[in-house]
Amino acid sequence: MGVEQKLGNMGVVTTTLEQTVNWARTNAMWPMLFGLACCAIEMMAAQAAHYDMSRFGMELMRASPRQSDLMIVAGRVSKKMGPVLRRLYEQMPEPKWVIAMGDCASCGGVFNNYAIYQGVDEVVPVDVFVAGCPPRPEALIHGVLTLYEKVKGEKFKDLAADVK
Amino acid sequence: MEKSLETIVKDLQEKFGIMYEEFRGEVQCMVKAENIVEALKTLRDTHHFELLSMLNAIDYYPQTSPRFHVVYQLNSLSKNLTVQLRVAVNGDQPKVPTATGVYKIGMWREREVFDMFGIEFEGHPDPRRILMPEETEGHPLRRDFPLGYEEPQFTFNFEEIDLRKPYAKE
Repeated sequence: MGVEQKLGNMGVVTTTLEQTVNWARTNAMWPMLFGLACCAIEMMAAQAAHYDMSRFGMELMRASPRQSDLMIVAGRVSKKMGPVLRRLYEQMPEPKWVIAMGDCASCGGVFNNYAIYQGVDEVVPVDVFVAGCPPRPEALIHGVLTLYEKVKGEKFKDLAADVK
Repeated sequence: MEKSLETIVKDLQEKFGIMYEEFRGEVQCMVKAENIVEALKTLRDTHHFELLSMLNAIDYYPQTSPRFHVVYQLNSLSKNLTVQLRVAVNGDQPKVPTATGVYKIGMWREREVFDMFGIEFEGHPDPRRILMPEETEGHPLRRDFPLGYEEPQFTFNFEEIDLRKPYAKE
């Protein structure tokens, strides 16, 4: 975040720098292992050899939040798991993004009751929702590429305003 | 029912005065709350029922007396028999003596029954909630607990539900 704080708006230099920084961020985004339920199997399948996520930069999945940029919430989040999820999200260093994978993480899915959060955006702010029960590995990869489009469109002045 | 099961049920009847029902070879015995630990001990020691495979409760709310039945299902692996004991408890301040001394697995099963139904077990070494988070009020599997249903968000009611939903802060 140091780059955004110091620069702000210096014209052409900033634009090229933005593109470089965003390119670097998308090409080596490391997700954090947060597979909770059945969607975790599809996440593992997407990481494995047949549908390879390493070709998009996600070479490995870090188990520690301190060393990851992306949290893929795969599976249903119960009310007891909510504070744990929030704590891990807060332990991730900036810049960080969240993908809500599957129906249960996006909107509660088939479970509409007292024990499951109806959508994980009641706990952490989400950037991309991937629908499906479970989403196919290709759908997850499409979600990841949508996130990359979003990251490539980020500008320094928005992020500089956040850091205060 | 089978011969060996008949003798066991007659033995229980003499000692504790239980009432039993039989359906297609399976036996359900209604035991009083004070006698349940003794009954479990007898079944475990004398009749070799080593396994407590289920300890759970049922809520029959509109038929109010008595509201809860705590169900114990015992299996004998050496003799290949199954017997079910039921304890009827009332709705306000229900208390049952704990089965932890007799079967160790009772510890977590009774915590689950306490969490879901509110039935307290006297003498339990660790009485706290096991499935729901600690600050939950109420006991979810009772018949009068609300479902927790949230209305699905379609296009026509999108804004109304959007205003009510508790989104996370950054």
